[in-house]
Amino acid sequence: MSDKNPEYDFKWCPGCGDFGVRRALEQAVQRRLIETEEPVENTVVVAGIGCSGNMVHVIEGPQPYGIHGLHGRSLPISMGVKAGRPDLNVVIVAGDGDFLSIGMEHIAPQAQRNLNVCAVIMDNAVYGLTKGQSSPTAAEGQITSSTPYGKPEDGLNALRLYLSVGASHVASAMSSKIKDLADMIYNAMEYEGFAIVHVQSPCTEYNNTFEQLKGNAKKGIEPIAWNIPEDHDPSDLKAAHEIVNNGGVPVGLLYQAEGRTAFHERMEAIHAKAQSKTAQELIDSYAF
Amino acid sequence: MRKKDFIVRFAGEGGDGFLTVVDGFAAATTKAGYHSQTFATFPSQIKGGPTWFQLRVSTDPVLSRGDELDVLVAFNENAYEAHKDEVGEGGVVLYDSGRFELPDDGKSLGIAFERLGKSTGNLRAGNMVVMGALAKLADMPQAVLEDFVRWRWSNVQRYGEKTVPQNIEALSLGREEAIKSGFSLGQLADPSRPDHEQIMVNGNEAISLGAMAAGLEFFVGYPISPATTILVWMEERLVGEGQFAYQVSSEIESINSIIGASYGGVKAMTATAGPGFSLMSEGLGFAWMAEIPIVVADVQRGGPATGLPTKTEQSDLLNALTPAHGDVLLPVIAPGTVEECFYATVAAFNWAERYQGPVILLSEHALAERKQNILKPDLDKLVIEKRQVYSGSNGYERYEASELTPMPIPGSPGSYVANASEHDGMGDTTHLPERHVQMTERRFSKLELLEDGTYESDNTGASVALMPWGGSKGPSREAYLRLIDGGADLGWYYTMYLNPLPPALLDELRQKELVLVPELNYLGQFSSLLRSMSVRAESITQYTGLPFHVSDLVRRISERTGVSSKESVAV
Repeated sequence: MSDKNPEYDFKWCPGCGDFGVRRALEQAVQRRLIETEEPVENTVVVAGIGCSGNMVHVIEGPQPYGIHGLHGRSLPISMGVKAGRPDLNVVIVAGDGDFLSIGMEHIAPQAQRNLNVCAVIMDNAVYGLTKGQSSPTAAEGQITSSTPYGKPEDGLNALRLYLSVGASHVASAMSSKIKDLADMIYNAMEYEGFAIVHVQSPCTEYNNTFEQLKGNAKKGIEPIAWNIPEDHDPSDLKAAHEIVNNGGVPVGLLYQAEGRTAFHERMEAIHAKAQSKTAQELIDSYAF
Repeated sequence: MRKKDFIVRFAGEGGDGFLTVVDGFAAATTKAGYHSQTFATFPSQIKGGPTWFQLRVSTDPVLSRGDELDVLVAFNENAYEAHKDEVGEGGVVLYDSGRFELPDDGKSLGIAFERLGKSTGNLRAGNMVVMGALAKLADMPQAVLEDFVRWRWSNVQRYGEKTVPQNIEALSLGREEAIKSGFSLGQLADPSRPDHEQIMVNGNEAISLGAMAAGLEFFVGYPISPATTILVWMEERLVGEGQFAYQVSSEIESINSIIGASYGGVKAMTATAGPGFSLMSEGLGFAWMAEIPIVVADVQRGGPATGLPTKTEQSDLLNALTPAHGDVLLPVIAPGTVEECFYATVAAFNWAERYQGPVILLSEHALAERKQNILKPDLDKLVIEKRQVYSGSNGYERYEASELTPMPIPGSPGSYVANASEHDGMGDTTHLPERHVQMTERRFSKLELLEDGTYESDNTGASVALMPWGGSKGPSREAYLRLIDGGADLGWYYTMYLNPLPPALLDELRQKELVLVPELNYLGQFSSLLRSMSVRAESITQYTGLPFHVSDLVRRISERTGVSSKESVAV
């Protein structure tokens, strides 16, 4: 779980946005150690498959537990970890292909349950590890190795999706703004409910969007990223939708539900209605 | 000579309510000291459709649903036409003469169940009319049924004061009709109540109870016939401190969730059937790869694809052994009786925890839906194993050694990565050839920890042996006993531990000239597995969606081997 391991032979490309996300995640984990006084072993990082999933092997500093599971299944795995052990802090790291294509079916159920986990999604709008195929968040018309004549579908607006399926806490970030991202990840970890931090994390090899995101005055490129105004009320779902509808990449805390019960509390309330029996009592109930 | 057993089939439309009669008659007779086994088959729809249930009551433990019927209870004419040929010599057709008429052929007895039942003032008492008539046909004391009625509807607050007397009146009405008819099947021999405590459960209930006895803490599942009843059971009962049961959004979520839960240190399980099991494929490979203890129950139904959701088959065996891509070979335990469903589940958890990996509990529809009286399990006699847990400091390499090593649990030092990719000692991804060799061998070597399975054997000197697996055990055993009684020289072997097979059993099987494997699939899956292990095995296959008939097995074994018995000639 550190790049000092000589056998570990995976490398991110120079300049990859995921490096910034790694720094931010390390800072958030370390801040949590100090603020909660919980050991780092209380944190479990559940990784998807793809470039971003390798995060779990390259975290420096105090080492959390990790799971590097199956493509698209980081949420179901997290569901088991968190539902079985509500005391653990569960952080998902996955890419847009993993989370929003093959794994998309799992987002809505976690949102409805309000599972208390934090998902950090690294969006580069491309399948990097398999060398540049189109992903759900790639724009219509984009030319990639799998869309040689342009992408036929519309690009998916991930933030709108999260709001629509009922995620409780939705933040939008950029991998280059490490300090802000670290704060967002920390806040999402501490939020009691299903939290997503959606990070623009460009792929320098196949879809380098650094310049589009930040803009370049010399070249006359307007930035597509813009800060969510400070007077935005994150508990206002309608306002959050309006921000998304304004286009571009809004950056900041988009939405945070208030007073929504987290999954483990819902289950506690349900169990309080039930009468628990021992194995012996259950067996005896079938006696005649 | 008094009869040793009594086989009755109830046939009609789903929704005719005869499940109550079957369960009631089974409960009443077992309370009186008989042994009983029910069998059900029905279409995959909520209500209606041709449905039948069968009950066999015996003075001895019941091995199978039995062959020829003593009584066919026909609720409509179609049911009569479909089942009349299975009524044996001297058998009786009991039919609802309020719905249709049969010619007076000397073996048909018409009683207006529904109308007579309603005459007691209880709209649902028609079933009790049937029970009363049945008891008389088998010459059972009416007191047995009256005791049952008083026990079943004892909750006056719930059922009212009139239910018991109305139902007893209905019993008498049915009895009187049977007496008037003059029909009798001969008296059932007196029961000899076992001197041990019993419970009455079906296979899925036995699995559920076994899981609780083994210390199950986490269950998730997705509705699928015939495994749904385990999910429903757990949702109601796995609700204590540190317990969790939940319906997730798919079988893909089921398998990955139980992996996550077990990684967190809790005992975790799911239950499914063929289609769901197929969806779990990749997850099972993950659990094998990352060495996470889980139990997956596959309650088999007819396949492939959506197949026959409510019929029985034993066609998932090869898939259970190697459900995932790549080099995997999963431990498989297949119970053969309702009672074994309990113990197989306990064993599956023990195996999973011991070797730190997935174990498949392979049950089947015929066991899931069969209700039977079994010995009450003694929890004090059960051995419940727990995984070896790492308790050292950080820097531990869980996968470094060539053999099983303690498993770290989140919350305590020992952080590592549970990785579905090939990995090094810490669980970090690697592509080094020597690591893949070492890790592959490590994963397979752990199977040796599971070579403690037990097995049954009988008449081991014979050169030809019968070796069923799973739910074909009961009818095979009954066929075996008939053949042996007739003087046949036939050996018997049976184990529920299908992988790894007990090594001593395999040694014995390899000595045989022929091992015959009755199994409910087309391919002859278990015999092909045995042949791959140098056993001269052949299957007796059936793929009708129904369990074997004993008489068919006797005939087919005789034909194949030349062994025969007087009884087999008589059948």
